Amino acid sequence: METLSQKLIAKASGLENIAIGDVVVCNVDLAMIHDSGGPRRVKPILDRLNLRVWDKDKVVVVTDHYVPANNDETRGIQALTKEWVRDQGIKNFYDEQGICHVVLPERGHLTPGKFCVGGDSHSPTGGAFGAYMFGIGATEMAGVLATGSIWLKVPETILIKWDNQLSPLVTAKDMMLAICRKIGMGGGRYQAVQYAGEAIRALGMQDRMTLSNMAAELGAQVGLIAPDETTIAYIENMGGVVADEWRDYQIEVPDKPGNLLNFDAASLSPQIAAPHSPANADDAEAFRNTPFDIAYIGACTGAKYVDLLAAAKILDGQHIANGVTLKVAPASLRDQERAREDGIMKILEDAGAEFLGNSCGICAGYGDDRLTEGQVCISSTARNFKGRMGAASSAVYLASPYTVAASALTGVMTDPRQVVERI
Amino acid sequence: MPRLWKFTELIDTDVLAPGFYMKSPLAELATHCLGAIRPEFADAVRPGDVMLSGPNMGVGSSREQAAEVLKFLGIKAVVAPSFAGIFYRNAINLGLPAFTISPAAFAHPKLEDGASVRFTFDTAELILADHGVTIELEPLPQFLREMILDGGLVPHLEKRFLADADERER
Repeated sequence: METLSQKLIAKASGLENIAIGDVVVCNVDLAMIHDSGGPRRVKPILDRLNLRVWDKDKVVVVTDHYVPANNDETRGIQALTKEWVRDQGIKNFYDEQGICHVVLPERGHLTPGKFCVGGDSHSPTGGAFGAYMFGIGATEMAGVLATGSIWLKVPETILIKWDNQLSPLVTAKDMMLAICRKIGMGGGRYQAVQYAGEAIRALGMQDRMTLSNMAAELGAQVGLIAPDETTIAYIENMGGVVADEWRDYQIEVPDKPGNLLNFDAASLSPQIAAPHSPANADDAEAFRNTPFDIAYIGACTGAKYVDLLAAAKILDGQHIANGVTLKVAPASLRDQERAREDGIMKILEDAGAEFLGNSCGICAGYGDDRLTEGQVCISSTARNFKGRMGAASSAVYLASPYTVAASALTGVMTDPRQVVERI
Repeated sequence: MPRLWKFTELIDTDVLAPGFYMKSPLAELATHCLGAIRPEFADAVRPGDVMLSGPNMGVGSSREQAAEVLKFLGIKAVVAPSFAGIFYRNAINLGLPAFTISPAAFAHPKLEDGASVRFTFDTAELILADHGVTIELEPLPQFLREMILDGGLVPHLEKRFLADADERER
C-alpha cells in the first residue's frame, strides 16, 4: 500500500510507480536557507558555476543564527546575506523575525503536498504541515539552488502511533523524549517517520511541530503528520493555500508490520533527558531534586507561542526560586507579540525571566549567550550534546516547557504535576 | 604510515564543528575539531589518516563543516557501522569518502585506535599491513563513487554543465 511519504515523493519526482530503495530525482517546491549555512556558503558555489538561483520565488531566506550580530565576523555575515538576497531578487526574506522553522509556517509557506528542503537539520518541522521537508548541508543546497532538484532514496515509513489522550501537563515534547528513550537517536534510520493516532490528532499545530522538528533527533529524514482539518485551518489562517488534492488526504500506514511502533499517551509522564543525548530520557520523577543553574525556554523546538503559554501557566503569579536563572528566547517575533498581547510576557517577566532575542540563542551555541564551565541547564530545546550550548564541561537536561518552568519555580528539577494540581 | 583514529563515543556534528567557532574561517574551526572529547586530535592528525567511529556517525546538525574540517585536516576516509543521513550526504558532496563497515568487522580486535592503516578507495578496504589483515567495507553505489572521484558535488555539477553545453553545441 502506498504510504504518505511515497505519495509525496511520487508527486515531486513525477513518477507513478516508486519503490522503497529507489533513487529518484525530485523537483523542489521550496528551498529555505538561513544566515549560517545560506548565502555565505552557497554564493561562492553559485558564482563558481556562474549561475543564479533556479527560481527566486521558491527560495526563502531567514536570519536567525547570528542574531544579534554583535561583532565584525557576524556583522559581515549579515551584510553578505542581505546583499546576496537583493542581488538574487529574493522577496521571501525574513530578517531577524525569528527562527526559520517557526517563521516559515507563520508566513504561510508550508502546505500539504509540497516538497521542500531546508539548510538546517530541524527542517523536518515542515512535516507537521504535510510537506515532505528535510535538512541538507550547504553544498547540497547550492546544488538545489542551481538545478531546482535533489536526489533521494525512497525511504521506508516508520509509523509512530499514539493511542488515547495525554494527561494534563504532559506534552508533545514529552512524547518525543519518550520516543527517543525507546528507539534511540539512530532509531529513525534516515527513513520517513510519521506520527499518527488519537493523541496526535488532538494536538494543535505548534505542538505537532515539536514532534516533526525532533524527527531530526531520531535520525529520520522527515517527520510527517497527515494533514487534517487542524492543519488546513492553521494554514489558511496564516494566508497559505491548500490545494484541493490535499484538502482531505489521510493516509496513516507503515510499509511493513515491523515499522509500526505503538505508544500509549494516557500513561505517559513528563520526561527529562539527561546529558548528553535526548535518548537518555526517563520519567521526570527520576530526576527529582536534581540541582541546576539555568532554566531555558528557547529554540524552534521549545519557545513557540504554545511553549511560552505553558511556562506562563506554571509561573502565573509566582516567582522563580533564588539561586537559579530563567532565560526565555521567544522563537519568533510574531509569537512574542501575540504572547505580549495575551499577558504571557508580563507573567514571565514578573516571575523573574530574562529575555533574549528571537533567534537560535543558547541552543545553537553560536553567540555570546552560552553556558559557562560547569553550568547545568534544564532546557526546552531539542539537543543536549556535549558542549553544544557552551563549555564542554556544561551539562544540559531536556524537558517540556512545563517541566522547565516548574523546575525554575522550585529551583530543582521537578515534575510539573508536583507544583500544579491541574491546569 | 597513516594511523587509525578510533572513537567509541557517539560523534555528533557539534563536537566536530563547535557552534561558537562556526563564524570563523575553516582553518580556525578545524583546530577545535573533536576538542571536547579528544583535545589532541586536531594537532596530531596527519594526511592519510582514517577515522573510525561508532554507529550514527555525524548525528545532529546540517552544518557541512562537520565533514569539511575532517577533510581539511587530511582524513582520507570516515568509516562507521552507520551514518547520520545529513552527515553522510555532506561528506560525499564534499568529496570525503564515507564508508559503512559491518558490525562484525567493526569489532575486529586489530582495528584499534592508533593502529597503522591504509585505506584504498578503489577496493573499499582498510589494510592493516602489520597484522596481514584486510577489512572489506561496503561498496558505494556507482553514482556516489563518481561524485567522490570528481571531487564532490560542485566539480561533479561543473562537469555535467560542461557536458550539457557540449551536447547543445553539437
